Amino acid sequence: MLSLKDSFKMATGGVLLYKSRSVLTILGIVIGITSVVMVMSIGKSAEGYIIGEIKSLGAQNVFVLPGRQPKGPTDSAGTLINDSLKQKDLDDLAKKSNIPDAVRVTPYVFGSEAVSYESELMEGVMVMGSTDYIKSNFDLDLVEGRFFDNYETEQKAAVVVVGDEVRKELFGNSYPIGEKIKIKDQSLMVVGFLKNKGAGSFVNFNKAVIAPYTIVQQKILGIKYFQRIIVEAKSEEYVSAVVRDIETLIRNNHNIDDPEKDDFWIQTQEGMANSIKTITTILTVLLASMASVSLIVGGVGIMNIMFVSVTERTKEIGLRKALGATNNNILNQFLFEALVFTIGGGLVGIVLGISFSLGASYIAQKFAQINLPYVISVQGIILGVVVSTAIGLIFGIVPAWRAAQKSPVESLRK
Amino acid sequence: MELIEIQGLSKVYVDDETETVALNNVSLKISEGEFVAITGPSGSGKSTFMQILGCLDRPTSGKYYFEGKELNSYSDDELAKIRNEKIGFVFQAFNLLPRLSVLDNVAMPLVYKGVNPKERLKKATEMIKMVGLEDRADYHTSRLSGGQKQRVAIARALINEPKIIFADEPTGNLDSKSGEVILDFLQKLNDEGHTIVIVTHEQYVAQAAYRILHIIDGKIDSDSKVTNRRIISKEGFTK
Repeated sequence: MLSLKDSFKMATGGVLLYKSRSVLTILGIVIGITSVVMVMSIGKSAEGYIIGEIKSLGAQNVFVLPGRQPKGPTDSAGTLINDSLKQKDLDDLAKKSNIPDAVRVTPYVFGSEAVSYESELMEGVMVMGSTDYIKSNFDLDLVEGRFFDNYETEQKAAVVVVGDEVRKELFGNSYPIGEKIKIKDQSLMVVGFLKNKGAGSFVNFNKAVIAPYTIVQQKILGIKYFQRIIVEAKSEEYVSAVVRDIETLIRNNHNIDDPEKDDFWIQTQEGMANSIKTITTILTVLLASMASVSLIVGGVGIMNIMFVSVTERTKEIGLRKALGATNNNILNQFLFEALVFTIGGGLVGIVLGISFSLGASYIAQKFAQINLPYVISVQGIILGVVVSTAIGLIFGIVPAWRAAQKSPVESLRK
Repeated sequence: MELIEIQGLSKVYVDDETETVALNNVSLKISEGEFVAITGPSGSGKSTFMQILGCLDRPTSGKYYFEGKELNSYSDDELAKIRNEKIGFVFQAFNLLPRLSVLDNVAMPLVYKGVNPKERLKKATEMIKMVGLEDRADYHTSRLSGGQKQRVAIARALINEPKIIFADEPTGNLDSKSGEVILDFLQKLNDEGHTIVIVTHEQYVAQAAYRILHIIDGKIDSDSKVTNRRIISKEGFTK
């Protein structure tokens, strides 16, 4: 029996016989494996990034939204409902007896408006109405000043906290606190300004202003409902109990018997993370299978070259048989050669795929301020090795078998 | 005991429904230690004969005994094992692998026998020394002259200590001087007890053997002892 080392030596000898031809031969495999590994790594990285964003919302937070969760891409009926969450819902949710495991209930209203200060005007600013709980919900830090308190919220005080970009745009280098800005004829006094929060969050607080929800609802947006209510559970373990209590309460308030007819829906961090994972997995599989088409092309290329190689080396096959090589020895030699091509190409592809995906993360972090994490997809690497081995076996077996079946006499005559 | 015995051996090639009889009912015995030359015009069937004797091909009919064992029923793998362990080949076109070194070419039969690399190196080095090419052991064979190539082939044929060596026109691609050196090798190997069968169409090459089989139209036309063997040199070289 031929040792593995001898087989390998023979195979590499065959591969190195025509160096530039071999390089061209493995190119298809290299490109294919590179794309698969890259897609899988970037997919994992993007998933990690989005999950990280969701985690920053806090695992204990339960989001109550108006409307109905879309059941599919064409289901838009539920999204048309937007005014179902009323003041009564908020007041009832805030009652300790209704939701015993909740610690905080925070309402949210928001809209995009133009904000002005003296002659400066800034369009497309996110005007948010909430309570001072927003601070802990979104982990916001003030550079200076203060947030409004509950009393100010009740009193519809015309006070506002401005985001970093808004402050720069409107005030430049002058001191904002105590100044009055205008949104739709409503003037509000700046009481504090936020630290820069970095891009890429779900809500860009740099380009936002935050005021008591009462004044935003009535004087700026002119609405009587809430776009979000965040109910914070005591801790992660209480989330499911809180979700149940909220559902019971709001269905009761809205006279809903059939959960199918809900005019509100609830998001939790876990639920969001799961749906994101589903989406990224589907996307990754889709992209990776598109990339793997090039692997088949690469495999056919290798089969082609192996046929050429077997024909060119007919005399060598005859000689080896004359010297005592069995049919299996010859089969293994050529199969090994195909494997050296594909696994060699696969390893190069894995290295390139990882490098490109790390490079993509680096570029995203450096130039787009998106904190795409550095992820090496172990699944991608395993898949790369398995697929390149499989391609070698599948596309190498026919030429190798043909080589093994050659008669020694006729081969020697060539 | 006879090393080789064949009875009523025939080989028929069928090509596009026309039959070509290459060997027609040939019977023969070769004993250990013989030096036989098979001669005949081209197309006479002498090469086919050697290929069947060398287990490279199978007869259409007839029996072939090697060391008393009937080979007709042997599988391809069993025949490969016999070629590997009992038979050495020397070809007209040398048939060395140009990308390998002299050493690796000589050691190749040992690879298929499953001998470990250390032992392979030792034996191959010995053989290369015997054919006087020790200073070229690491050369690629493409850098050798024809005569040197054929000496490498002889070293390769001998490495598994075969029972018999088949040489198919071993001097055919060589100038006369290099050819004589090769014949000299073969004679001396025979003097040391090796059984040798050489195929040639040249009479003066055949004269180096002790026995000449003349083949015409697939039949043994004559089987004669050489009374006045042509001796190429007097000194031994392996001892």
